[in-house]
Amino acid sequence: MKNIPISAMIGLFFTGLYFLIAIFAPLIAPYGMAEIVSDEIWAPASSEFWLGTDNVGRDLLTRLIYGGRTTIFIATMATILSFVTGSVLGFFAAVSGGWVDQVLSRFVDLIMSIPSLIFALVVLSVMPTTMFTLIVLMGLLDSTRVYRLARAVAVDITVMDYVEAARLRGERTAWVIFREILPNALSPLVAEMGLRFIFMVLFISTLSFLGLGVQPPQADWGGIVKENKEGINYGIQAALYPAYAIATLCISINLVADWILNRTTSLKGGRG
Amino acid sequence: MSDQPLLKVRNLKIGATIYPPGERPRDIEIVHGVDFDLAPGKVLGLIGESGAGKSTIGLAAMAYGRGGVELTGGEVWVNGRDMLRAGMRDVRNLRGGEVTYVSQSAAASFNPAKKIMDQVVEAAVLQGKFSRKDAEARGVELFRKLGLPDPENIGNRYPHQVSGGQLQRCMTALALCPEPDLVVFDEPTTALDVTTQIDVLAAIKEAIRDTGVAALYITHDLAVVAQVSDHIMVLRMGEMVEYGTVDQIINNPQEDYTQALVSVRSITHEEKIPTSNPLLRVQGITARYKGTDFDVLKDINVDLHPGQTLAVVGESGSGKSTLARVITGLLPPSKGQIIFDGRTLTPDLPTRPLDDLRELQMIYQMADTAMNPRQTVGTIIGRPLEFYFGLKGAEKQRRIQELLDEIELGTGFQDRYPAELSGGQKQRVCIARALAAKPKLIICDEVTSALDPLVADGILKLLLNLQKIEDVAYLFITHDLATVKAIADSIAVMFQGEVVRYGPKSEVLSPPFDDYTDLLLSSVPEMKLGWLEEVLASRKMESAGN
Repeated sequence: MKNIPISAMIGLFFTGLYFLIAIFAPLIAPYGMAEIVSDEIWAPASSEFWLGTDNVGRDLLTRLIYGGRTTIFIATMATILSFVTGSVLGFFAAVSGGWVDQVLSRFVDLIMSIPSLIFALVVLSVMPTTMFTLIVLMGLLDSTRVYRLARAVAVDITVMDYVEAARLRGERTAWVIFREILPNALSPLVAEMGLRFIFMVLFISTLSFLGLGVQPPQADWGGIVKENKEGINYGIQAALYPAYAIATLCISINLVADWILNRTTSLKGGRG
Repeated sequence: MSDQPLLKVRNLKIGATIYPPGERPRDIEIVHGVDFDLAPGKVLGLIGESGAGKSTIGLAAMAYGRGGVELTGGEVWVNGRDMLRAGMRDVRNLRGGEVTYVSQSAAASFNPAKKIMDQVVEAAVLQGKFSRKDAEARGVELFRKLGLPDPENIGNRYPHQVSGGQLQRCMTALALCPEPDLVVFDEPTTALDVTTQIDVLAAIKEAIRDTGVAALYITHDLAVVAQVSDHIMVLRMGEMVEYGTVDQIINNPQEDYTQALVSVRSITHEEKIPTSNPLLRVQGITARYKGTDFDVLKDINVDLHPGQTLAVVGESGSGKSTLARVITGLLPPSKGQIIFDGRTLTPDLPTRPLDDLRELQMIYQMADTAMNPRQTVGTIIGRPLEFYFGLKGAEKQRRIQELLDEIELGTGFQDRYPAELSGGQKQRVCIARALAAKPKLIICDEVTSALDPLVADGILKLLLNLQKIEDVAYLFITHDLATVKAIADSIAVMFQGEVVRYGPKSEVLSPPFDDYTDLLLSSVPEMKLGWLEEVLASRKMESAGN
């Protein structure tokens, strides 16, 4: 872990900070999540309310902290789901080849041909909007992208002699996937994971902004933007704070992902 | 002019920056002060194992360092100018003008999108030595001299439209076209089949003699360099080991290392008499790849007896590796059957019982890709033990160490990753992995082709030794007849998907020969002067490369 470039350091620091705040939200937040603490709406920043209050007089900082918790939780779970499904299916398609590969790949092409936001809007308009639905929907939609990458990486690995050697030994497909292919495909996948996580944050924020994501009074960053967007007309900054949060989180994770990619795609045989 | 050397290298030092994983990049020296002279019209052979610095020195004659390699010290005088201190303009005139280069892989070096003639004349025209028309005339003349078919028109073809051996000769024409004073040949025949190699070698030799050009001839094969050079310089790890005339190096080497190089492949092996029951019977195998209508194997019949070695010899494309794929079940044959230890093997891998898989192991040509780079040596060797015999814990560790001892690696290797091993060590670990399954038959697919001669020798000795101890049979696939002579009990010669000659070693290797076997046998370079001329004079059949 020596020689971490300064950009990656900054990225790691902010990413860690956001995750810590998300985990310890109830301990850090000064007020309750949906507690109306002021008679004044869009009150300016003060020693009492560090970032002022929102459109119904709740403390904005508290909302941001809890909102981060929701956003990051949903994005994390959806990313994990998409990686597990996407990479297992992708590896399976690459190892099996033939019609299994064809069926899976064409199905994924089919899903990918529908813009994912539209797909999500359609599904959410008929399904109850719970956190569980959101995670599953986002995870599965995004797993098509992961599938593509995992399959492409694995196809290159399956033709290696050591995979053939494992097959000649009589190993089962599960061993070939998890012990021979996965360790060698991990680096690009981990780097991709960072990028996909950002897309998840943006995706859930978009959905919430459109009113189809996290439902009030639950807080999440996209939702806070939506609730406070009217304020912008009156020069109120409230809607911009969650936007800053989304932007800084995305940039920090990008910095980390870049560093991992750089480390692992070097041709110098580094074992990342 | 005549008493002044064309190329004078003094105390040449070459360095490079390496990037070890997890450490800071550091500079290392890869050539430690080499001196030599080359007179006009003479040929100097540079010989050594991989990593000896021979290609690096060859390129230094063009004042060039490849891929992060830097010429850090010393002098390289070409025609009386020190090229390491000359300006870019001089260097540009030098490259492609006074000194030209022939690389190992012509297929990778030609631009596939341009016609051969365009590339052959490019340097000569750019250097202003010839007009385009004169350069093309010279190109045609060189094509003729190098024995290429249809010299008038071959230049109008694209690189993929000629064979590998022909392309290598086109590249020689390319190098000779600007009338250089010096040509650097970097392993020009290494990637070719033996029967093709000999033609290219003869063409190069003749072209050198006719044009009076001087040459640096880089190779790892002493027998090859002995045919074309006047002097030989033996290199090892960036240092000169020995320098002398060809005659002296071949017949009277002074240094231990040179002696080892000269006496390489001196392994002898007593042919074993076939026992009554063959372990492996390949009966009437015909096979083709999916989606093609061409039989890669045509009615193959061979037997292999327990504890013996059957060598399958042939050029690339003769179907020898396909035969291995059929036997292992990776490619089900369209006709015929395989009987192993008295049982008929199912044609398809997934339907084979575990014991059949265990008793039939395989070792690959490229040990690099045959081992999972993310597994330690202990895991690689331990997996078959666990998988086939259910060994665990201390018992498994003990057996792994036993195997490591058997392949002469000893302790301290269990926790290493393949990237931390040398080429020879990697191949040994692959052998241990095969042995771990206690097989009755190991298929060795070109296991020594990617290794340096001395290392390959060690592997062959190890294999022979293991055969004595473990009584395992080898199906040994190779294109190298010297290897075959060293270890085989019986031999099958393959040509274009058919077995053209098959029998015990002594029978196959003694006359009367069929035409193809004769060609193959006579093409193996021998370490004696004048061998090339003798062979060319006595050949019956043209090689397929023509």
